[in-house]
Amino acid sequence: MYDVVVIGAGVIGTAVARELMKFDIKVMVLERENDVACGTTKANSAIVHAGYDAPYGTLKGKFNAWGNRIFGEVCETLNVPFKRIGSLVCAFSEEDLATLEALKHNGELLGISNLEIVDQLSLRAMEPNVSDDAVAALYAPTAGITEPWELAIAYMENAMDNGAELKLNFEVKTIEKKCDHYIISDGNTLVEAKYVVNAAGVYADQIYHMVCDVPEFTITPRRGQYFLLDKSAKDHVRRIIFPCPSNKGKGTLVLPTVNGNILIGPDSEDLEISQKEATETTLERLNLVKQLANHLIKDIPFSENITTFSGLRAEPSTDDFIIGFSQVDGFYNIAGMKSPGLSSAPAIGIYVADEISGVLNAARRTRFEPKRSIRIQFEHLNDLQKKALIERNPAYGRVICRCEMITEGEILDAIHRNCGGTTLNGIKRRVRPGAGRCQGGFCGPRVVEILARELGCAMESVCQEGQSSYILVGKTKSL
Amino acid sequence: MNYDIVIIGGGPAGLASAIEAHKKGVENILIIERDRELGGILQQCIHNGFGLHIFREELTGPEYAERFIEVVETTGIEYKLNTMVLEIDTDKRIKAMNETDGFMIIHAKAIILAMGCRERTRGALAIPGTRPAGIFSAGTAQRYLNIEGYMVGKRVVILGSGDIGLIMARRLTLEGAQVLAVAEVMPYSGGLTRNIVQCLNDFDIPLLLSHTVTAIKGRDRVSSVVISKVDAHMKPVVGTEVEYSCDALLLSVGLIPENELSRQARIEIDPRTRGPIVNDAMETTIQGIFACGNVVHVHDLVDFVTAESIRAGTSAAKCVIESHKNISATHEKVIESHKKKMNSIHICSKAGIAYVVPQSICHENLEDQFSLFLRVKAVYHNAQIVVKADGVTIKAFKKNHLTPGEMENLILEKSLLNETIKSLTVEVIQAEV
Amino acid sequence: MEERALICIVCPLGCHLTVTIEDSKMKVFGNKCSRGEAYAKKELTAPTRMLTTTIKIKNAMLDRLPVKTEMPIPKEKIFPCMSILNKVIVEAPVKRGDVVVENILDTGVNIVATRTLRIKIDRQV
Repeated sequence: MYDVVVIGAGVIGTAVARELMKFDIKVMVLERENDVACGTTKANSAIVHAGYDAPYGTLKGKFNAWGNRIFGEVCETLNVPFKRIGSLVCAFSEEDLATLEALKHNGELLGISNLEIVDQLSLRAMEPNVSDDAVAALYAPTAGITEPWELAIAYMENAMDNGAELKLNFEVKTIEKKCDHYIISDGNTLVEAKYVVNAAGVYADQIYHMVCDVPEFTITPRRGQYFLLDKSAKDHVRRIIFPCPSNKGKGTLVLPTVNGNILIGPDSEDLEISQKEATETTLERLNLVKQLANHLIKDIPFSENITTFSGLRAEPSTDDFIIGFSQVDGFYNIAGMKSPGLSSAPAIGIYVADEISGVLNAARRTRFEPKRSIRIQFEHLNDLQKKALIERNPAYGRVICRCEMITEGEILDAIHRNCGGTTLNGIKRRVRPGAGRCQGGFCGPRVVEILARELGCAMESVCQEGQSSYILVGKTKSL
Repeated sequence: MNYDIVIIGGGPAGLASAIEAHKKGVENILIIERDRELGGILQQCIHNGFGLHIFREELTGPEYAERFIEVVETTGIEYKLNTMVLEIDTDKRIKAMNETDGFMIIHAKAIILAMGCRERTRGALAIPGTRPAGIFSAGTAQRYLNIEGYMVGKRVVILGSGDIGLIMARRLTLEGAQVLAVAEVMPYSGGLTRNIVQCLNDFDIPLLLSHTVTAIKGRDRVSSVVISKVDAHMKPVVGTEVEYSCDALLLSVGLIPENELSRQARIEIDPRTRGPIVNDAMETTIQGIFACGNVVHVHDLVDFVTAESIRAGTSAAKCVIESHKNISATHEKVIESHKKKMNSIHICSKAGIAYVVPQSICHENLEDQFSLFLRVKAVYHNAQIVVKADGVTIKAFKKNHLTPGEMENLILEKSLLNETIKSLTVEVIQAEV
Repeated sequence: MEERALICIVCPLGCHLTVTIEDSKMKVFGNKCSRGEAYAKKELTAPTRMLTTTIKIKNAMLDRLPVKTEMPIPKEKIFPCMSILNKVIVEAPVKRGDVVVENILDTGVNIVATRTLRIKIDRQV
């Protein structure tokens, strides 16, 4: 019997799990996919918003501002990339100027300092590629960029280092409420827990519906599509550039990623409530993203595109985050985690862990290790360090991915850690082979070989992502 | 570590240039190869068609490679396998590493860049749809199939009619897979005509010209792809979609010279070839750094790679031997003379020409005959390629058939040029109908 | 008079050939060398192809060995040859040019290895 079962290993579920481990609590995380961070967490804008945007008085407003304040510290402890590069919301009209003022005012109510409205000249100086039609911008120096999946992986790994458990490929089919606990089943295995935390992303309404006949909210997927440009486009913008927000969200933006690529997107497309798997990109929508981005930024080198993707935001019927114990005893919802969900994740983790440890009357764990063990990033070492490292461990002398300069040593580390990668994309999310300009053309077969060797399975059993995403269909001469 | 010549890449270009430099009297040569064996991409090109120009016989890729590897083995040219070059600089210092030697800094008197090319990806085309397993670049699939011995799919669609795609259509068919179609966005094929005949026509595989993949479907593994017709502007035509149920999509949509190291060394890149700008000696804009093969421009015949690499090897050897002879020559003088060689006669691509390599020639360096490699921008029938020196026609080549998929090799005589010429232009002239 | 268009596949140049047939006499145009003429005549009477593929190999660095027919074989023998080669297993060492199957399907053509593969030496850990 677990004290708490968290359903969903996205950035929210894993943040909660990790924060719960600060207390003497037995935690299990259940995840439907083959890896953590496979839903909204792996396909979003990767932004830590400054927080001026979410209205004062809402949960979004509260948790965004709080999350942003602690983000740097969390990322440092967990060894996750984070850069406070600042953001600019560009105004193109008189009406937009009023919006900037309103945003600034809202931000100040939320305690966000340093917000500044810059004029056209300063804007140009800061970002020479911003459209000539932009007349002013709201500058928020505390906005930042991160790697959302890496944060979720780090949270889960650290939670596991402190004793949490993770069950992958566990798709919750039924939740049965007993008088003082729950029985959760995927159709084969039963997991029992006193409390359930529902962090199931776009499926949070369906999970809640398993215990509540009349849920007070629904979650509709809102799709956004993106382009990711090669590092050769680096510095085309140096900050996060937004247009003015609308009722559809923060608009299509252009920003650098922590790895030096340029990310462009998303659009905003409301899907049917049933389309919770519709993560495909479409020609019309990609063209729309291009058009919107070109309106904001000049001369975007779309010829340097290396991949396109789409993500689903969990749009709640209530408009605000849903965080708290539900009307069903012992069942805790964290739902509607659309933007600024990522920015809020560290704060939500702390808040929810406090609430649940309170009802459990749990004491602080005496031997909590907050830090994640060091990850070596070969490319970032100097020549002497490189030399010494290869002498110590020759696996760091074998480069697997040329584009991102990733060594076998880094890949082995990513496989053998807690919450280690077991798939091609899992390895790519953790240490980036295949994330560069050749998109795995060179390193793909080599990573598959390493995975097969380290996991002790056949090459044909290695998957790209989901459980039936096998890469090879068999050996030749065996048909 | 010090070498006279360091060659980056042990494929056909690297091997031929190493052997030639050795022949010309340089002994202290090192080849650095990132893969586990020499030969480069030839090792996975198990089909025949290599060597007609160089060996006067038709060899398979591995046979062609092995002939060169055997020579390297007997000459004592050094090579390091499983070794990655991290960085080169203008002082010809190379940072490289592997598991056994660790991290190395190698000094060279001359460097030959022979890194080859990489394949364009799905991302470059921004093909819409899901992102399942089962999408391979044709070359990656070729490696899995021919070297590792794995099937990448049972029902396959191929996008792009580049040579690797065509060759893979046949290979997959021979190995028992069903190749449903090869779609090509252009109105003509990107590969050699003979490959269309013997790889597609022989097996009744349809070649869909002016078609492209407009959607990929399937959550975990590819389940189908949608192919649409495109209009004259290469935009998909709504209503022409046909869905092919398949488990793999191969992309053969072009090759890009792999010049990350060249850029680091601040070598000037020609945006048309995406390779270094070179002169007739295959020397780049950095003195003492030469380049040859697919890193300079994408070839369709390895024989031409070899020919080009022999020139690079010869020139690098000459550079090293001269530096041995003229120890007194100041750095400034060497740079000055290199500048002159790069800026002597510029070669410009005019009407109908996508690019010409080399981008410049130097009169005093030329042999009695010299080659210009070029590609045209469109398909032409009964056309002429005209070479002009400072605006005056010096030679015209009649061509019954020109296509961007096939590289042209023009042979010119030095005697056609006088010493005062500043530029050569090359253009296509369509004969009157 | 019958006219047939062909593309020569003897070498990568891919000459566009025109063959005229009059009273079962063939004339070939468009060829740049004599092999083009021979190809055209053969292609219209008894077409042949080179077959290149792989076979299984044991104890080598790789477990597939590339092979080819020493000479072109009749086009219709390609798939029957593949069926045989799919079952052949050789053992390292193999040298380039070694015959791995003699006189395949009575065509008079041998299957030969197109690369050298030595005996695998396991890397010491």
